[in-house]
Amino acid sequence: MAAVIQAQGLGKRYGRRWALTDCTLDIPAGRVVGLVGPNGAGKTTLLHLTVGLLAPTSGSVRVLGGRPAANPAQLAKVGFVAQDSPTYAGLRVADHLKLGARLNPGWDAALARGRIGRLGLDPVRKAGKLSGGQRAQLALTLGIAKRPELLILDEPVAALDPLARREFLQGLMEAAAEHELSVMLSSHLVSDLERACDYLIVLVDSRVRVAGAVEGLLATHHRLTGARRDPTRLPADQHVVAASHTDRQTILLIRTVGPVHDPAWAVHDVGLEQLVLAYMRHPETTALGRPTLAAVPPDATEVSL
Amino acid sequence: MIEFHLDDRSGLSPYLQLVRQVRQALRLGPLDEGDQLPTVKEVVAGLAINPNTVLKAYRELEHEGLVAARPGVGTFVTATLADAALVAHGPLRQDLRRWLARARRAGLDEESIEALFMTTFRTAAEEGIAWPPSSRPRGWAKGTGGAGR
Repeated sequence: MAAVIQAQGLGKRYGRRWALTDCTLDIPAGRVVGLVGPNGAGKTTLLHLTVGLLAPTSGSVRVLGGRPAANPAQLAKVGFVAQDSPTYAGLRVADHLKLGARLNPGWDAALARGRIGRLGLDPVRKAGKLSGGQRAQLALTLGIAKRPELLILDEPVAALDPLARREFLQGLMEAAAEHELSVMLSSHLVSDLERACDYLIVLVDSRVRVAGAVEGLLATHHRLTGARRDPTRLPADQHVVAASHTDRQTILLIRTVGPVHDPAWAVHDVGLEQLVLAYMRHPETTALGRPTLAAVPPDATEVSL
Repeated sequence: MIEFHLDDRSGLSPYLQLVRQVRQALRLGPLDEGDQLPTVKEVVAGLAINPNTVLKAYRELEHEGLVAARPGVGTFVTATLADAALVAHGPLRQDLRRWLARARRAGLDEESIEALFMTTFRTAAEEGIAWPPSSRPRGWAKGTGGAGR
């Protein structure tokens, strides 16, 4: 399948600080990609590089085969909803749609009107008078009605209450299903994205810690518990992501493509949230001499899809 | 038409939860041959889940011969599971109640009963003795917490 985002050694430096370092990604089309990481990890930088609001300091990124924001055709293919669902407070809802129609060659006016109607947004109401959830839905409507091939959203649900959050994700998933849209959205909470995403990127301290199809990630990560032992003496194909010990017990979170045969371990599945937290909490696991940065191999990321 | 729901704490993947809800509806009656399943868009808009999750569940059901997709129209039920097995539920439930009463008399609390049942269930399924091959639940090992791998 064609790649929607391909990054090669992508990096961005502000002054002496690298906001994104050596980022390599190959994301297939038709995915809903969750970009997760703590605040300040570099999520917005990666998204801005992808839409072309920033130019890379090093490396390169191709989006739907082209250079970000290279020309009008490229701009039309990628939709972007920036942080805090940007709308014009002084403009009415209908003005936003008019603006969308003027600025976007592929504008789907019927879709926009239909969505605003179903949401019950009053066209003459000013955006500044809308609730946070309604403003987010207006911004999402603009993003969808542009009819992009890839829609990128920066922390779209961070400021929303649980109900508005749910309704927003319902609308987004509906659009993804209806228009075969590829989606990439960021959040510092994986629980927001757990149902919606089928591809996950974990970004910590400006580096991609892990990236891959959710199903593959869940199938290749396990929690092992057993009597205390040295985690560096595991088989070569088992990479330790996180380790904790008591005087008697060892608990490991490992990544491996093969099955775990050692009967001394009790093997448990890992949920997406545990997996992400393990990568966030242990950015130093590479110090054990075991690489944990590599993305899961492609054959493992596509299990049974 | 049925409506899906998801339990985040069930430990089952969302895709497997959808598959099971259809099978259950086929077994217990709400779904019958010829009935239409909700469209992918409807499910996705209702549950805020990934469209590929629904597609995968429907493909699995298609693979099992329970539903068929009619392009541009929707997905329809082509078989039913509400068969003789349903008749057996009554006596089996009675046996189970008797067994539960015995377990309690033997001093087992709820947690011990559940643990005993689940470990026996798992071991039996792994050894392949509890199920004739045709009725063994698909994808069972994948979704049950992964003990004993």
